[in-house]
Amino acid sequence: MAVDRELPTQEAADLIALTRELADAELAPRAAEYEREERFPREVFAKLGEVGLLGLPFGEDVGGGDQPYAVYLQVVEELAMRWATVALGISVHTLACGPVDRFGTPEQRERWLPEMVGGRLLGAYCLSEAHAGSDPAAMRARAVRDGEGWVASGEKAWVTHGGHADFYSTFLRTPDDGERSISCFHLTPDLAGFTAAPPEQKMGLTGSTTAAMRLDGVAVPAGRMVGEPGRGLSIALSALDSGRLGVSAVAVGLAQSALDVAVAYACEREAFGRRIVDHQGLAFLLADMAAAVESARATYLVAARRKDAGLPYSRQASIAKLVATDAAMKVTTDAVQVLGGAGYTRDHPAERYMREAKVMQIFEGTNQIQRMVIGKHLAEEVTPANG
Amino acid sequence: MNIVVLVKQVPDSGTQRSLDPSDNTVARAAADNVINEIDEYAIEEALQVKEAQGGEVTILTVGPASATDAIRKALSMGADRAVHVQDDAIHGSCAIQTSGVLAAALQQLEYDLVLMGATSTDGQVAVMPALLAERLGIPQLSGAQKLTVEGSTVKVERQTDGGFWALEAPLPAIVSTWDTINEPRYPSFKGIMAAKKKPVETKSLADLGVDPSSVGLATATSAVVDVTGRPPKGEGVKVTDEGDGAEKLVGFLAEQKLV
Ligand SMILES: Cc1cc2nc3c(=O)[nH]c(=O)nc-3n(C[C@H](O)[C@H](O)[C@H](O)COP(=O)(O)OP(=O)(O)OC[C@H]3O[C@@H](n4cnc5c(N)ncnc54)[C@H](O)[C@@H]3O)c2cc1C
Ligand SMILES: Cc1cc2nc3c(=O)[nH]c(=O)nc-3n(C[C@H](O)[C@H](O)[C@H](O)COP(=O)(O)OP(=O)(O)OC[C@H]3O[C@@H](n4cnc5c(N)ncnc54)[C@H](O)[C@@H]3O)c2cc1C
Repeated sequence: MAVDRELPTQEAADLIALTRELADAELAPRAAEYEREERFPREVFAKLGEVGLLGLPFGEDVGGGDQPYAVYLQVVEELAMRWATVALGISVHTLACGPVDRFGTPEQRERWLPEMVGGRLLGAYCLSEAHAGSDPAAMRARAVRDGEGWVASGEKAWVTHGGHADFYSTFLRTPDDGERSISCFHLTPDLAGFTAAPPEQKMGLTGSTTAAMRLDGVAVPAGRMVGEPGRGLSIALSALDSGRLGVSAVAVGLAQSALDVAVAYACEREAFGRRIVDHQGLAFLLADMAAAVESARATYLVAARRKDAGLPYSRQASIAKLVATDAAMKVTTDAVQVLGGAGYTRDHPAERYMREAKVMQIFEGTNQIQRMVIGKHLAEEVTPANG
Repeated sequence: MNIVVLVKQVPDSGTQRSLDPSDNTVARAAADNVINEIDEYAIEEALQVKEAQGGEVTILTVGPASATDAIRKALSMGADRAVHVQDDAIHGSCAIQTSGVLAAALQQLEYDLVLMGATSTDGQVAVMPALLAERLGIPQLSGAQKLTVEGSTVKVERQTDGGFWALEAPLPAIVSTWDTINEPRYPSFKGIMAAKKKPVETKSLADLGVDPSSVGLATATSAVVDVTGRPPKGEGVKVTDEGDGAEKLVGFLAEQKLV
C-alpha cells in the first residue's frame, strides 16, 4: 500500500512521486535476485544519482537538493520499501558527505562537495575497527605526520561500500596532535596502499558490500584532513546523529513492506473455512505490526523536524533508531509468522526482510548503545554535566 | 524548431478503473491519474529533437484541474512551457469534439511539429492524430518507431506488424509515436525545481473562441448507453496425458473454433 504522507511542499510531493516511480521500475525488480547473488548494485546508485537523489539534504550552493531532513528521510523510506540495500546505501553516502559539508574549509567544500553530492560518486564511512565498534575511541589505525601530509596505517572494519566507494570519510588516530587524538580524513581509492579486504559473508543485506579497508603505509596528501586536528571523534559522533535517522527511515520502509506482504497474504489465504485475516487472533497480530510501523515513522519524523528547526535532536535520534529498528525486527519476524510455512521459504520476501532487519539493531550504534545515549541525556537533563 | 506535445491525463491503467455511474464518463476524480503512458514517449522524443536542434517544447493538454499534475511532470522532464485548456463545459466530450478544442488551441501556438501518443489507455480510440491532421490541414505520420528531422522535412519509420514503412512529410506535421521509439527519461529533482518556474497558461473555451455548445456530453457524437464488467475468467481445463494428451488438446482447440 502506498503510504499516505504529509509533505510540506508540492516539490516534495513530486519528489516522492518520482522516487516511487523510479523505485518501482529500477529497484523492486532487482532486489531479490541481487540479494541472492550477493551483487552490489552500483548501476542503480548511478541511476539515482542521475535524477538527483544522492544529494537531497545538501545545500544548493554545492549542487544539493536543499531538502529538509523530514523529506529526505521519507525518500529513503520509500527506497527501503523496495530495497533496503539501496536505501541504506543512500544513508551511508549522506553520512559520508557530512564531515566535509559541516566541518570542511570553504576550499574543501568547493573543491569536493559538488562532485560528492552530484550523483556520480558514492561515499563510505570508516569509523569502526575489528576491536573497536561500540567504542570507537579505542581505534588504532593511525596517521603520522610526514612533511606536509601523513602516512596512514592500520585497518578499518565493516565498511559499507568498501571497495566500491569513490571517497571514504575516515577516522584515524593522529598521535602528533596528542596521545588520544583522533582526526577525520577525506580518503580516495587512488591513494596507493588503500585497499579493500574480501567482503564479509553476511546473514542479510547481502547486496550491500561490507568490507574492511586496509591502510598499508598510505601517503595521505596535505589538505585531506577534515575539521580541526583532534576533533575527529566529535565530528564522527555528530554525523552519527543524522546517520541514525537515515537508518531509522530504512528500518521503517523495510517494516512497511513486511506489513504489506503480510496483509496481502492474510487477505487471500484461507484456514478453517475463512480468510486468516478474519481470525481475530491473526488480525490482532497485523494490528500490532501496523501500530509498530506507524509509531516508528512518527518517531523519526519528530526527530527530523527538530533537526530541520535547528533544535537539539541527538536524544530523539537515538530514540528513533531504537524504536524503528526494534519495530522492524518485530514486524518482519511476525510477517514470517503470518505467512506460515510459506513465510519460512525463499519463495516469499518475508524471510529476507527478517534477515535484513537484524543488522539494523546493530550498526550505527547497537541498540544497547542507543539506550546508553538516551540514558546519558536523561541524566544530564536533571544534573547538567558541568552543573 | 518549435514542438507541441499533446499530453492526456488518464486513470492509471495498472489500477482498477471505473466509469462514473451518473453519466457513464470516465471516473477521474477518485482515480490515480497519470500521464497516458505512451505520451511520455512523445515527450521524450520532443526533448531529444530539441536537445539536438534547439527550439522550444510546449505541452498542450485538455483536461480538468487535476491535469496540472500531468503538466508538472512533463515540465519536470524538461519541456519548456504548457497550455492547459480547462473548462467545465468540456466534460463528457467525445473524440471529435476534443479534436476541435485541441485544434483551436494549436492554432494559437507556433509549431513546426506536433507530437502525440498513438493511443490513450482510457478512450483507446486512436483517432486523434488523424482528426487533428484533418482539422489543421497538415500531414499526419502515424505510429512512429523512429523519427528524424532534416531541415524542413520530418522522416519516420511507421511501425507495422511485419516491419515498417518509411514516411516523410514537409513541416509542419503531426507525428504519433509508439512505445518503441525511445526510453523516456525520469524527471530529475532539478527538473522538479525548475518546473515550478516554467509558464503554464490556462485557457477557457472563450479564450480559444470555441462555442461551448459544440462540446460536452449533450452534443457528443457518441454516447455510452450501458456498461457491463468483463466476466470473470472461467475455470481452466486440465488435460491429463494418458497417451492421448495431444488428441485431447486438439479436440479442445477445435471445440473453441481455434483450429
Ligand atoms: C552490515 C554492517 C555494516 C556496517 N557498516 C559500517 C560502516 O559503514 N562504517 C562503520 O564505521 N561501521 C560499520 N559497521 C560496524 C557497526 O557500526 C558495528 O558493528 C557496531 O557499532 C557494533 O560494534 P561491534 O560489532 O564491534 O560490537 P561490540 O562493540 O563488540 O558489541 C558487542 C555487543 O556488546 C554490546 N555492548 C558493547 N558495549 C556495551 C555497553 N557499554 N553496554 C551494553 N552493551 C554493550 C553491544 O550492544 C553488542 O550487543 C557495520 C556493521 C555491519 C554489521
Ligand atoms: C521447516 C518446516 C517443516 C515442516 N514440516 C512439516 C511436517 O513434517 N508435516 C506437516 O504436516 N507439516 C509440516 N510443516 C508445515 C507446518 O506445520 C505449517 O507450515 C504450519 O502448520 C502453518 O500452516 P500453514 O503454513 O498452512 O499456514 P496458514 O494455515 O496459512 O496460516 C498462516 C498464518 O495464519 C495463522 N492462522 C491460521 N489459522 C488461524 C486461526 N484460526 N486463528 C489465528 N491464526 C491462524 C497461522 O498461525 C499463521 O500465522 C512444516 C513447515 C516448515 C516451515
